[in-house]
Amino acid sequence: MLGVINRTKAWFAGRCGQPLLQAYYDLYKLLAKGAVYSRTTTWVFRAGPMVGLSAVLVGMTLVPLGGKPAPLAFAGDFILLAYLLGLMRFFTVAAALDTGSSFEAMGASREVTFSALAEPALLLGLAVVARQTGRFSLSGMYGGMALETWRQAGPVLALVAAALMVVLLSENARLPIDDPNTHLELTMIHEVMVLDHSGPDLAFIFYGSALKLWVFAALLVGLVLPLRTGHAWLDVGAALGGIFAVAVAVGAVESCMARLRLVRVPQLLVGAAALVALALILTLR
Amino acid sequence: MTVLLLAVAILVCSGLAALLATASPRAATTLGAGGAVVACVMGLIAAVPFLFGAPAESLHLAWNVPYGSFFVEVDALAAFFLLPLFALSALAAVYGAEYLLEWRGRKSLGAAWLFYNLLLASMVLVVLAHNGVLFLVAWETMTLSSYFLVTFEDEQDAVRQASWTYLVASHLGTAFLLALFVLLGRGSGSLDFDHFSSANASALFLLALVGFGTKAGFMPLHVWLPEAHPAAPSHVSAVMSGVMIKMGIYGLLRTLTFLGPPPAWWGCVLIGIGLTSGVMGVLLALAQHDLKRLLAYHSVENIGIIALGLGVGLLGVSNGSPVLAALGFGGALLHVLNHALFKGLLFLGAGSVLHGTATREIDHLGGLAKRMPWTATTFLVGAVAISGLPPLNGFVSEFLIYLGAFNGVTQRAAVAVPLLAAIAGLALIGGLAAACFTKAYGVVFLGQPRSEQAAHAHEAGVAMRLPMVLLAASCVLIGFCAPLALRPLCGVLHVVSGLPPRTINEQLAGAAGPLRYVIAGSVAFVVLIAALAWLRRRSLTGRIVTQTVTWDCGYAQPTARIQYTASSFAQPLTALFAPLLRARRTLAAPEGYFPRASSFTTATPDAARIALYEPAFSGVGWLLARVRWLQQGRIQLYVLYIALTLLVLLVWKLG
Repeated sequence: MLGVINRTKAWFAGRCGQPLLQAYYDLYKLLAKGAVYSRTTTWVFRAGPMVGLSAVLVGMTLVPLGGKPAPLAFAGDFILLAYLLGLMRFFTVAAALDTGSSFEAMGASREVTFSALAEPALLLGLAVVARQTGRFSLSGMYGGMALETWRQAGPVLALVAAALMVVLLSENARLPIDDPNTHLELTMIHEVMVLDHSGPDLAFIFYGSALKLWVFAALLVGLVLPLRTGHAWLDVGAALGGIFAVAVAVGAVESCMARLRLVRVPQLLVGAAALVALALILTLR
Repeated sequence: MTVLLLAVAILVCSGLAALLATASPRAATTLGAGGAVVACVMGLIAAVPFLFGAPAESLHLAWNVPYGSFFVEVDALAAFFLLPLFALSALAAVYGAEYLLEWRGRKSLGAAWLFYNLLLASMVLVVLAHNGVLFLVAWETMTLSSYFLVTFEDEQDAVRQASWTYLVASHLGTAFLLALFVLLGRGSGSLDFDHFSSANASALFLLALVGFGTKAGFMPLHVWLPEAHPAAPSHVSAVMSGVMIKMGIYGLLRTLTFLGPPPAWWGCVLIGIGLTSGVMGVLLALAQHDLKRLLAYHSVENIGIIALGLGVGLLGVSNGSPVLAALGFGGALLHVLNHALFKGLLFLGAGSVLHGTATREIDHLGGLAKRMPWTATTFLVGAVAISGLPPLNGFVSEFLIYLGAFNGVTQRAAVAVPLLAAIAGLALIGGLAAACFTKAYGVVFLGQPRSEQAAHAHEAGVAMRLPMVLLAASCVLIGFCAPLALRPLCGVLHVVSGLPPRTINEQLAGAAGPLRYVIAGSVAFVVLIAALAWLRRRSLTGRIVTQTVTWDCGYAQPTARIQYTASSFAQPLTALFAPLLRARRTLAAPEGYFPRASSFTTATPDAARIALYEPAFSGVGWLLARVRWLQQGRIQLYVLYIALTLLVLLVWKLG
C-alpha cells in the first residue's frame, strides 16, 4: 500500500517515484543493520516496537476481507481491535518518553491527544454499523452487508465512511494531520516518536505502521465496497482493488492538501465524531 | 459466618494489642499487621464458598439499642465485596509494615495499626450488616477510623485541611443515609433489612445516590477524594481507594435490592453520572502534577466506569433484557474487583516512589526505572491495566460493559441512546486514561532524573515489593483467565438483578465465548512477542550495537531540565478542555534582551469545589454569623435560655 501511495504522490508531483515494493527493500535493509541505543533508555525502549508489531499482527487476524470471515471472529472483536491499536500506541509512546528527548515527547503528547479524540469516532461509527446490520462482530457486520444495505441506508453508511476516512488519516499519521515525509521534529507526530529507533527495531515499527494502514483501509473498503458476487476470488480481488484505491485516494489527499495547523486537528476529529453522531440520529428513526 | 465474625474479633483485638504495645514500634507493627493478615486470610477462605453457591447464612442477636439488632448475613453480594476487601487489605498491611517504620519514634505506630484494623473490621461489618442501626454504626466507625488514618502526618497544614474536608463530606453523606434508612423503615417500624418497604422508590433512590455517592466519589460529590487520598499514608490510600469507596457502590447495590423493579430513568441517571465522573475525573487527572492526586482522580474516573456498568444493567432490568442486565452488572462488579487490584497496586507504587525519593511531584522525578526496577515494572503493569488495554484485567471488565451496551443498541431509541452515549463515553475515557498513564509512567520512571532526589532514589524493601508483585501477577492472571473470573459473578448477579440463575448462567456463558477468543488473541500476542524478540536477537548477533546519547538535534549542552514535563505532555489535552478545567496560570515572562529567571506555574483546583461547595459553605457561615448574637458568654443568660425552652415545651405538651 505504501508503494501505491508514494507512486501516486510522485505522479502528482510529476516525478517517476519509488519502486512499488520499496517498503520491502527498506525492511530488508533495516533488518540487516546494527543498532544504536541511547544510554537513557531501558527495556521499555527495546520492547516497544515488538509489542506494537505483535499487537497489530493479532489485530489483522480480526479484520475480514472481501466478505470472507476473519481468522478470529467473535462478538465484540472490533473492541479488541481498537484496544490492541491502543496497546500499540501506549508502548510506542512509552518508548518515546524513555529516551528523555523533548522532541519525542512532543510527538507522543500530540499522538495521545489525537487518538483520544479519534477513538470515540471509530467505536461509535462501528456501533452505528452494528445497529444497522444487527451483528456484533466485524465479520458479521461486513459479511452481512451487500449493495442492498447501501440502498436502504446510504446516507448513514456514507457518513460513517467519511468519518472512517478521517480516522484513517489521523491514526496513520497521514496528511493533513501529520507529514510522513518531512522528518523534521517540530512538524511531525508519528515520525518524531520513533526518532531514536534504529536497525531491526525501526523495521518492526515501519512494518507495524504499514499493517495498521492496511487494517484501517480494510475496514473502510468493507464498508464502501460490499461486492458479493458469490465467487470468493472475485470478492477478494475486488476488495484488494478497493484497498489500492484507498491508497490512491490517500496519496491524492496528501498531494493536494497542506498539513493543518495543530489546533485545527482536534476540530477535524470532533467533526468526524459529529458526522458519526449524525449518522446515529439517522439510524434511530 | 462464625469465621468471618472471628476475623472481625481478631482485627479488633490485634489493633488494641498494637495500641498497648506502641512503645515498641516493631512489636506494634508485628501485632497490628500480623493480626490484619491473619484475619484477612481467614476471612477470604470463609467468604469464597458463598460466591459459588453456598446458601446465605445469617446471625440474629438482640442488641440493647432502639431499633437496632445485631443482624448480620452473608450472601453472594456481600461475599463478592469481601473478596477485594480481604485480598487488598492483607497485602496493604504487609506493605504498611515496612512503610510505617519510617516514622518510628516520631509517631505512634500502635495507634496507626489500631485505626487500620478498626477500618478493616468496620468495613467487614458494613458489608455484613442487615440492620440499619448496625450499618450506620459500622459506617461511622469506618469514617472515623479512616479520618484518624488520614491525619497521620498532622503536622502538615495540607493534611489537616484535607482530613477536615474528608470528615465534613463523609458526614454530609451519612446524613442522607440516615434519612434513607428512616424512610425505608417507616412502613414496618423496624430497621432490619428484611422488613424494608419500597414506598416512594424514586425518592429513596435519589437519597441513596447522594448518600452512597459521596462515599463512592460520584461527581460532584467527589471533592474529598483528591484531598484525602494524597494526605494519607500510601497503604491507607490503597485501601481507601481500592476498597472503601466500593462500600458506597455496595450500599447502592444493596438499596437497589430493596427498591423493587426500577423505572428506566434510574439507569439513565446512573449512565449520566458515570459519564460525568468518568470524563471529568480523567480530565482533572490529566491536569495534576502530584502523583497521588492524579491517582485519586483516576479513582473518580473508574467509579464513573462502574456507574456506567450499573446504569447499563439497570436499563436491562427495567427493559426486561437479560443480556444488558447480566453483562452490565457483571462488567461493573468485575470492575469493582479489578479496580481494587490495579488501583491498590498503583497507590502502593506511588508510596514506594515517595518512600524512595521523598517527593510526590511528578515534574521533579524521572529516570526511576533504572534505580527502582521492581516498582517501575509493577507500576507499568498497573498503568496498562487501568488504561483498559488487553491482555490485562481492565480490558476484561470494560469489554463486558461494551458487549452489553452493543447488544442493546439494536433496540428501540429510548434504550439505544443512553447505551450509545455510554459507548462513546467509555471510548473517550479509555483514550484519555491511556494518555494520562503514559504521562504518569513516562515522566516519573523513564527519561532522566529531573532533580537530585530522583537521581538518588532507592528501591523499596522486600515487604513493600512483595505485595506489588502479587497484585501485578493477579492483574495478569485475571486478564488471561477471564472466563474463570466470570464464575463467581453468577450468585451476585442473581441477588442484584433478580434474574433466575439459569438465565444468568446462559448470559455469562454467552459472554465467556468472546472472552475465550480474547484470551486466544492475548496468547497469540505473547507468542508473537517472543518470536519477534528471537528475530531481533538473531538480526543483531554479529552486527554492531553501540550506545550513545539520545538524539539532541545538535544542542551542545542538553540537560535533564529540557525534557518534557508532565504538564507539557498533557498540555494539548488540557488546552482543548480548558473551559471544563479552569486552570489558573501564573506567568513571570522573560523580559529584556538578556532575560534572567522567569517562571510559569499552572494549578487546577477542583471546579466542583469552587463553584458548588465554597459558595454553599460561605452562605451557611454567613447565616450562622447572623445568629451569633445569641452567644453573649454570660452563664445567667444561658440558664435563662434553658428555663425559657423548658417553659415553652411544658406549655406545648400540656396545653
